[in-house]
Amino acid sequence: MTVPGELYYTPEHEWVALSGSTASVGITDHAQKALGDVVFVSIPAAGTRVTSGEPCGEVESTKSVSDLYSPVDGEVTEVNPEIDDDPGLLNSDPYGAGWLFRVQLDDAEGEVPPGLLSSAEYTALTKEDQE
Amino acid sequence: MTDSATAAPGGHDASGAPAGPRRTPLTSVHERLGASLTDFAGWLMPLRYGSETAEHNAVRTAAGLFDLSHMGEFAVTGDGAAAALDYALTGEPSALKPGRARYTMISAPDGGVIDDLIVYRLAEHEFLIVANAANAPVVGAALAGRAAGFDAAVRDRTDDYALIAIQGPRSAAILAPLTSADLAEVRYYAGYPAKVAGRDALLARTGYTGEDGFEIFAAPQDAEYLWAELSEAGAGDGLVPAGLAARDTLRLEAGMPLYGNELTADLTPYDAGLGRVVRLDKPGGFVGRDSLARRAQETPVRQLVGLTLQSRRVPRHGYTVLWDGEPAGVVTSGAPSPTLGVPIAMAYVRPEVAAAASDPDGAGTAVLAVDVRGRPEPATLVEMPFYRRPA
Repeated sequence: MTVPGELYYTPEHEWVALSGSTASVGITDHAQKALGDVVFVSIPAAGTRVTSGEPCGEVESTKSVSDLYSPVDGEVTEVNPEIDDDPGLLNSDPYGAGWLFRVQLDDAEGEVPPGLLSSAEYTALTKEDQE
Repeated sequence: MTDSATAAPGGHDASGAPAGPRRTPLTSVHERLGASLTDFAGWLMPLRYGSETAEHNAVRTAAGLFDLSHMGEFAVTGDGAAAALDYALTGEPSALKPGRARYTMISAPDGGVIDDLIVYRLAEHEFLIVANAANAPVVGAALAGRAAGFDAAVRDRTDDYALIAIQGPRSAAILAPLTSADLAEVRYYAGYPAKVAGRDALLARTGYTGEDGFEIFAAPQDAEYLWAELSEAGAGDGLVPAGLAARDTLRLEAGMPLYGNELTADLTPYDAGLGRVVRLDKPGGFVGRDSLARRAQETPVRQLVGLTLQSRRVPRHGYTVLWDGEPAGVVTSGAPSPTLGVPIAMAYVRPEVAAAASDPDGAGTAVLAVDVRGRPEPATLVEMPFYRRPA
């Protein structure tokens, strides 16, 4: 299982990449492995207001459906245009080509939004899951 | 993201502590192959090895190798074995010729389905019953109780068999060089002793995928060897190991019921459209006969139907079927169909809804839909199976 050190994570198995006042969001390698083949993703459209911890979409895989939760507060500025045609990108490249959407953060002070986990904390959490 | 509808990959204890799920004779092989393992009916089973869609497609176009060693096996032997099974099951095993098999069910006295089974007649006085893993203890107890008045012995042989299935259009070509059996002579639903890769096995032309294929019952200590021999023999033919996730979408496309979904203790075989497995007229009577005879005469209150959706949102077990916006039934199984490319589902609906929805003139403006997490997704009623293999 891959957990890149430069990203932040949520207990709902999403990752967040911070760049200035923008956050990019996707699902983790652990999540895509647990889900199996992703067949459809519903992502909030650009312009949608999202709130940390609130459902903002869903991920359909062969065996299950899961809610997507926004990890941050802000406004969606961009969605990955490739995902609709090729949802398998979430499986093949969850931290790269499988990114889902970008958010302009409400709090643009450059601080890490509350509630996010470091890679070490997230790794510990997924280990607990498996025990 | 919260996983709301699937079992999490099963935690297992490497020390083999008794609290964890049971391992099959092939679990170590699956671990070496990097499978996602899950606790399925108390067994640590491979859910997928890589992409379950790729595994599904391999079975449709080439072949897949499955570990089914979790299935329950019961030997019923003795001069009264055939009579005992005629009494215990809905079908008529006494009418089977040795070397033949039949899909059948075991009903409770009220007609409810305890399990669906395959019964193999291995010899005049020797039968093998294959039960779903989750139901094996209940089936074993029912068989033993029902056989008590007959000259027949019931033995749980689950631990004596590894069960490997090879399924798909290339199965026969892959298996033929490895077995003493003349596969051209092994008909669908035949099963008898044969050598496979030099080991003693029971070889049957049965399966749960909608494809041609074979199931190989072998000694547990031979399982790893047979798996390796089959894998090697099939490598050039596109044979891949396939997990339970692919098995579920394969059987769903083939319109085959799954116990716990389409079949339950609250339903009879007639509900599932499988009245053909009930032999009301066999001599001697059987457990559940009176209830099933009544049920056969009644107007059905539900009908099992196939649905396809145009949306990419997937109907799942337990979702409500809507007719004109009102609840009209419930989805029993649903998945994105790799072969059809759209979501498919089996559902129980009211018979009048099934009739109206399948009649283009009778439906008027009413719309058939599935409530997919709060939003109705239009559905089309289709004939099952969703997939039929090319002749």
